[in-house]
Amino acid sequence: MKRFIAPTLLALLIAGCGSTPDGPEQAGAPVESRGGNVATVTANGIDGRNLPAVLTDPKSILSKRSIYFDYDKYEVKSEYKDLVTAHAKFLVDNRQFKMLIQGNTDERGSREYNLALGQKRADAIKKMLTLLGAREEQVESVSLGEEKPKNEGQNEAAWAENRRGDMLYSGEF
Amino acid sequence: MLRPLHKLRGLSLIALSAVALFQTPAFAELTIEITGAGANRIPLAIADFAGESGGSRALTSVIRGDLERSGLFKLIDANGVALNESISPAYADWKNRGADALTAGSIGPSADGRQEARFRLYDVNKQSTLAGAAFVTSAPMLRAAGHRIADVIYEKLIGEPGVFSTRIAYVVKGGPTHYELHIADADGQNAQAALKSREPIISPSWSPDGSRLAYVSFENKKPVVYVHSLASGKRIVVANFKGSNSAPAWSPDGRRLAVVLTKEGGSQIFTVNADGSGVQRLTTTAGINTEPFFTPDGQTVYFTSDRGGSPQIYSVSANGGSAARVTFEGSYNVSPRISPDGKSMAFISRRESGFRLAVMDLASKQVQILTDSYKDESPTFAPNGRMILIATEIGGRGVLSAVSIDGRIKQRLSIQAGDVREPAWGPFTR
Repeated sequence: MKRFIAPTLLALLIAGCGSTPDGPEQAGAPVESRGGNVATVTANGIDGRNLPAVLTDPKSILSKRSIYFDYDKYEVKSEYKDLVTAHAKFLVDNRQFKMLIQGNTDERGSREYNLALGQKRADAIKKMLTLLGAREEQVESVSLGEEKPKNEGQNEAAWAENRRGDMLYSGEF
Repeated sequence: MLRPLHKLRGLSLIALSAVALFQTPAFAELTIEITGAGANRIPLAIADFAGESGGSRALTSVIRGDLERSGLFKLIDANGVALNESISPAYADWKNRGADALTAGSIGPSADGRQEARFRLYDVNKQSTLAGAAFVTSAPMLRAAGHRIADVIYEKLIGEPGVFSTRIAYVVKGGPTHYELHIADADGQNAQAALKSREPIISPSWSPDGSRLAYVSFENKKPVVYVHSLASGKRIVVANFKGSNSAPAWSPDGRRLAVVLTKEGGSQIFTVNADGSGVQRLTTTAGINTEPFFTPDGQTVYFTSDRGGSPQIYSVSANGGSAARVTFEGSYNVSPRISPDGKSMAFISRRESGFRLAVMDLASKQVQILTDSYKDESPTFAPNGRMILIATEIGGRGVLSAVSIDGRIKQRLSIQAGDVREPAWGPFTR
């Protein structure tokens, strides 16, 4: 690695040029190793595993996992009370199960600030679940911010779909 | 003979005026100094490098491209004539063509069988050499030699370091399950993927020595902060606590990172050693505290918080304590980034329903809006502080845009096959 040689020589050359500009006659500085190669890494995803039918059967309320929020709002609306209650009951009855709640936002604004806003939504769902009996260690609330839009459109209908919290069970995350 | 632009503007003006009385084409030089913004560019001729034609073409076009894109030079047509640095140039001819500065050079085999690029930079009016250097490289690395030469020319004529040899990081979204973190030369060329993932990658942040990137990856279905060594591809998890982990920012000494964790409720800023140890909480106010950014002296952390009811920028001592509000104008001010000299702050401000790049002079608190876009994001200063790179959207597609700190010069970088976002301009590599 000649990484440190190049800048030193360059500095000397420039310094030399400052007073008596006769640079080209001096030895060239190698540029080879600088800016070096970049090794590519591939990130591996997570494979899901089979869940009990009660969590996946479309006829079961527990197959519904999404809670939608109003614009700039972070409270769980009353229309979702039955859904959250059903999931809390499942977690109480199945203490071996864990849940990951992913909060989401629409695409407007800063990515990191939206990540924090999505966290507020996930936290609101988690708080309701724990008040209804789920254990703290069963539930983790995280945020995907604006990064995983359900609807990629740039209109109010799309944004409304993306202001959302999703509940995932062990094996789905 | 180092004569930065500001000196040319001031001291040399009188000398140039005196010369103008005796030489006809001298008006060209005077207009540089006295007319408005568009005429501030230095007229510079970059003659074709002498030597083997393929190497010469490659080298000459890199140097010309770099300097032209900077917006600070007016390139004078060099008529396709190769000019060797070892022969004294015909100054009068170049003066007639309107050049104030001229470069000549050559490319040829070096003693060790590689390629050697040599050049000189001349002051056409004073008929003297301003700079000269030689760089040895292999043929595939000729671009790097070209960037080095452009840096020398830039620094001699402008009086501050050039950034043509620096690198940028950014994220390309090729589809809903196709994300790549790229590292490219500052001109967007020579891109290499550091990370490929099916899940999003955001908030890349360069270590001060340019060897590592911190970023947030969602590959585990939640945001986790990694530090990634670029040469080896080795990654370490710096923050993977219960909840979300995000917004990494390096301390200027490269030993610690500020990160945002939700493990204790709300979004709070913590500092952590670069190996993930030594977690310390920095903010304590409930709600959202995010997007930390260290000042160059490492003493202060700027960040975004909703503690006042809307997202605004605050500053706090890096050792903790009470925060001071920095932005007051408007209801949405986010993503603070402090300039390398510590004197100004780039941020994103919502104005007239558009998210726009703004710069605040930290001493006077004066704010200037630099763009009229609707979706600017993620500003990042060039290491010489001259340009700010942002992500923005044009025609529904994510592109990068570099904007000069006075808002006058704008460049655009885009990728045909996908959305480009989350730029981070790397440091000078010394």
